Amino acid sequence: MDNAKHIKHLYARAGFGIRFEDLHDQENWSIKKTVKKLFKASEAVEPLAALNENIDLRPKPYKDLSDDEKKAIQEDRNKQEKSLNDAWVKQISETDALLREKMTLFWHNHFACNIGNAYYEQELNNIERANALGNFKTLLLQVSQTPAMLQFLNNQQNQKNHPNENYARELMELFTLGRGHYTEDDIKQSARAFTGWAYNGKSGVFSFNPGVHDNGEKTFFGQKANFCGEDILNIITQNRQTAVFICTKLYRYLVNDVPDTEHVNQMADVFYRANYEIKPLLEFVFLSDWFYDDKNIGNLIKSPVELLVGLNRQFYISYQNPDVLMQFQRTLGQVLFRPPNVAGWPGGKNWIDSSSLMYRLKIPSTILNAGYIDFTGKPTPEDEAYLAAEKKQQLNVIKRVQAQPDWDRFLKAIPTGTNADMIAQFMLEPAVDKPVSDEIGSTTDLKTAIIQIVSTPEYQLC
Amino acid sequence: MERRDFLKTTALASGAMLIPAFLKPLEALAQSDITGFKNLVVIQLSGGNDGLNTIIPYGNDIYYQKRKTIAINKPDIITLDDMLGFNPNLSALKEIYDQGWMSIVNSVGYPNPDRSHFRSMDIWQTGSDANQFLTTGWIGRYLDAACQTCKNPYTAIEVDDTLSLAMKGNTLKGIAVQDPNKLFQTSREPFFKDIVRDHGNVNLNEDNLGYLYKTMIETYSSADYIQKTAKTYNVTAEYPATGLGYQLKTVSKFINSGLQTRIYYVSLSGFDTHVGQQAQQGRQLKIYGDAVAAFIKDLKQTNKLDDTLIMTFSEFGRRVEQNASNGTDHGTANNVFLFGGKLKKPGIFNAPPDLTTLDNGDLKYQVDFRDIYANVLDKWLDLNNSQVLNKNFAGLDLLATV
Repeated sequence: MDNAKHIKHLYARAGFGIRFEDLHDQENWSIKKTVKKLFKASEAVEPLAALNENIDLRPKPYKDLSDDEKKAIQEDRNKQEKSLNDAWVKQISETDALLREKMTLFWHNHFACNIGNAYYEQELNNIERANALGNFKTLLLQVSQTPAMLQFLNNQQNQKNHPNENYARELMELFTLGRGHYTEDDIKQSARAFTGWAYNGKSGVFSFNPGVHDNGEKTFFGQKANFCGEDILNIITQNRQTAVFICTKLYRYLVNDVPDTEHVNQMADVFYRANYEIKPLLEFVFLSDWFYDDKNIGNLIKSPVELLVGLNRQFYISYQNPDVLMQFQRTLGQVLFRPPNVAGWPGGKNWIDSSSLMYRLKIPSTILNAGYIDFTGKPTPEDEAYLAAEKKQQLNVIKRVQAQPDWDRFLKAIPTGTNADMIAQFMLEPAVDKPVSDEIGSTTDLKTAIIQIVSTPEYQLC
Repeated sequence: MERRDFLKTTALASGAMLIPAFLKPLEALAQSDITGFKNLVVIQLSGGNDGLNTIIPYGNDIYYQKRKTIAINKPDIITLDDMLGFNPNLSALKEIYDQGWMSIVNSVGYPNPDRSHFRSMDIWQTGSDANQFLTTGWIGRYLDAACQTCKNPYTAIEVDDTLSLAMKGNTLKGIAVQDPNKLFQTSREPFFKDIVRDHGNVNLNEDNLGYLYKTMIETYSSADYIQKTAKTYNVTAEYPATGLGYQLKTVSKFINSGLQTRIYYVSLSGFDTHVGQQAQQGRQLKIYGDAVAAFIKDLKQTNKLDDTLIMTFSEFGRRVEQNASNGTDHGTANNVFLFGGKLKKPGIFNAPPDLTTLDNGDLKYQVDFRDIYANVLDKWLDLNNSQVLNKNFAGLDLLATV
C-alpha cells in the first residue's frame, strides 16, 4: 500500500497525476525504477509548432497601416495567441513526456515573459522545453538571448551611454540570486555588459551589436575587467547562492510551500556540484526519503493549469471548442503565456480566494457532467429544487463547454471490485477524512461518486 | 422556506445535528454595530485613461498644438476654471462638481513610471515601488492589519466575477460578488453544502487543505449573509443601463442595506485608446460620468453620501502628444478623482498638469498615488498608513475631519 502511495505521489509531483492503468502496471515497482521510467519517457523533445509566421516581420511598417489593417493585425495576433495556448495545453494533456512538460511549466513561470508576439513566446517556450532537464547555465544563456526576453526586459534599448537596467535587475533578482544578494551598483555595472545584446528587427534573430556595446571596464562583485554579458552570467552562476535560489523555488514547486532549509541545502549541493545539470538534481529529489514524508504528500495547491490538465489526462477529454480552456484559465487566474508580471504567478494559497475556489470546485463537474453533481444524501425540498434547476440547464452547459470525456476508457481501467471509497483514495492525494468518505460512500453508482470526488476541496491538492 | 427555519427543521429531522458553528457569529451581530459605517468605493478605469482629454487643460496652447486632431474643441468643453474643463461626455458630473462633491487631483503617479498595463496596474493595486514586486494588494493588506476582529471576506467586496490583486492580503482576502443571488445560488449546491456542513465543526488544520475548507466555509457564510442582507433594501433611484451603472447600483444596495463592508471595488475597461480615441474614450467617459452621477445622487438621497468616499484611478495617463492614428500611447502621470460629502477642498485640488517640463514627452508626476492612499487609510479607514504601505507616507489633505 505504501509503495503504491509513493508512486502515486511521484506522479502527482513529477507529472500531472496518475491514471489507473499506470498504477496498475507499476504498483510493485521500486521508486528507482519508476523514476527511471519517467526520465526515459521524457527523453524526446517535442517542440510546439503551432505558429510559423512572425507577424512583426510583415513587410509593411506598422505606422503605415490603415486603421482597418491595424485592426486585422490585432485579430491575427489574438488568433496566434489562442493557437499557441491551445497547442501547449493539448501537448501537456496528451504527452508521455510528463516530467519534461512539468519542468517546462516550471521554467515558464521562472522566466516569466508577457509580450504581444506569440511567435517569440513559442520560441522561448521551446528553448525552455529543450533544456527543461538539461543544464541551467545553457538555459539561462539561451533564454537571455531570445527576442522574447530581450523585448520584455528592454534589453533592445540597452545601449552604451544609455544603459537600460531592466534585464540586469531581473536577472539577479528573479532568475538567479534573489533579492539581497547583489547591490544596486552590481546592477548598473552588469547592465553595461549586456549593451549590444539585441535581436534584429528584420530577421527576428539574436545578433550581438558591437556598435552599441560598452567596452569599458566594469566592476562586478568586486572583480574588475571589461566584462561581456557571458562573463556576467558566469560570475553569477559561480556563486552558490544561484543554486540555493533555484532549489528553493523548485522545492516549493515539487515538494512543499514551506522550504526546509536542510533539504534545500542538500539540493543546492547536488545542483552546484553537478555544474547546474538539472537531471541529477531532480533524481536526488525524487529518490530522497523526505520527498515521501507524509507532510509532503497531498499538500500542494494545484495551479489552474495543473488542475485542468490533470482532468484532461485522467478522463481523456477532447474539446470541440478549445477556447473554453482559455476561458477557464482566465477565470482561475492563470493564462499560459500571460503571467501577471516578470515575477510570474505567485502560486500556493495565492490561487485561492472565495470566488476562484468556488469556480475551481465547480469546473470539474462542468467539464465532465454539464455542471450536475448528483446528490445522494437526504435532499431537502430546497435541494430538490436546486438540482431540478441544474438538470434543466445541463443542455445549455453542454452547448457552451463542448467537452467530451472518454468515460468508457476511464471506467474500463478501474479494476473490478473497486468501490467508491477506494476510488477516492486513489484520485485524491490528501488523506480522505470520514465526512468526505461517508459522503462519497453513500452514492449508488460509480460515475456519481467520481463526479463528487473531483468536486471536493481535496481534489484541488496534489 | 427561510434558511434559519430550514436549518432548524433539518436539525430536528436528523436529531442531533447542530447549527454549524460558522453561522453563529453572524446571528449574534447586534444591529447597532452596522450603522455609521464609513465606506470606500474604488472605481478602476482599466487600459490607461487619457487624463488630458478627460480634465482638459484647454487654457494651455500646448494642448492644442500637441493634439491636432484629437483635441476637444473649446466651445464643447464644460469649463471648470480658466484652465481646466470637463470632456463634454462628463456633463452629468458638472452638477456633482458644483455641489462640492468632487475633488480632482492632477499629476498623480510614481517615480520611474512603467508603461506596461500589467505592471503599472500591479503597482497601483499593490502600492509598490516601480521596481518592487508585491504579491499582496493594498486593500488586502488593510484587511490583514485592521481586520483581525472582522475576519469576514465581505469586509471588502469587488463587484465582479473575479478578485483583483488589490483585494488580496497575506492572510485575508476580499470577496468577488457580481450578483449576490448568483453567488448564493452557487453555494446552494447540495453536495458542497453537505461537505461544508460536515466540516463546520471540525477543528481545521493550518495546512493547505484546512485553508481550502476555511475559505469554503467563509464563502458560504458570506454568500448567505450578503444575500440575506442585500435583499432587505431595494434601490429606487434610476441608474443608466450600463455595466458600470449596474455595478454601482449593486454597491448602493449593499451600502443601503447596512452590509458590514468597508471597501467596494468596481472597474470599467476600454480606455486603451491608441486608435480613434475621440469616439472610443467619449463612449467610456459617458458611461463613467452618467453612472457615477446617478450613484452620488442616490447616496445623497439616502443620506449616505457623508459616509461614502469614492476614488477613481487608472493605471497610467497617456502621452501629451497624440500619435499618427488619432489616438494616444501609454504615458505616465494622470488625474485621480475623489467624490463624497466630506471633501476638504472640493474642486481642483492642485496645479494643472505642466505641459512644458516633460520627461521624454510624458507628464512628470507631482503627487505620489500612495500619498492619496495614505490619506484615505489614515483619515477614512482609521489605520496608520505605514501598516499597509510598508513605509510612512505624509499623505495629502484631501478629507475633511470626519
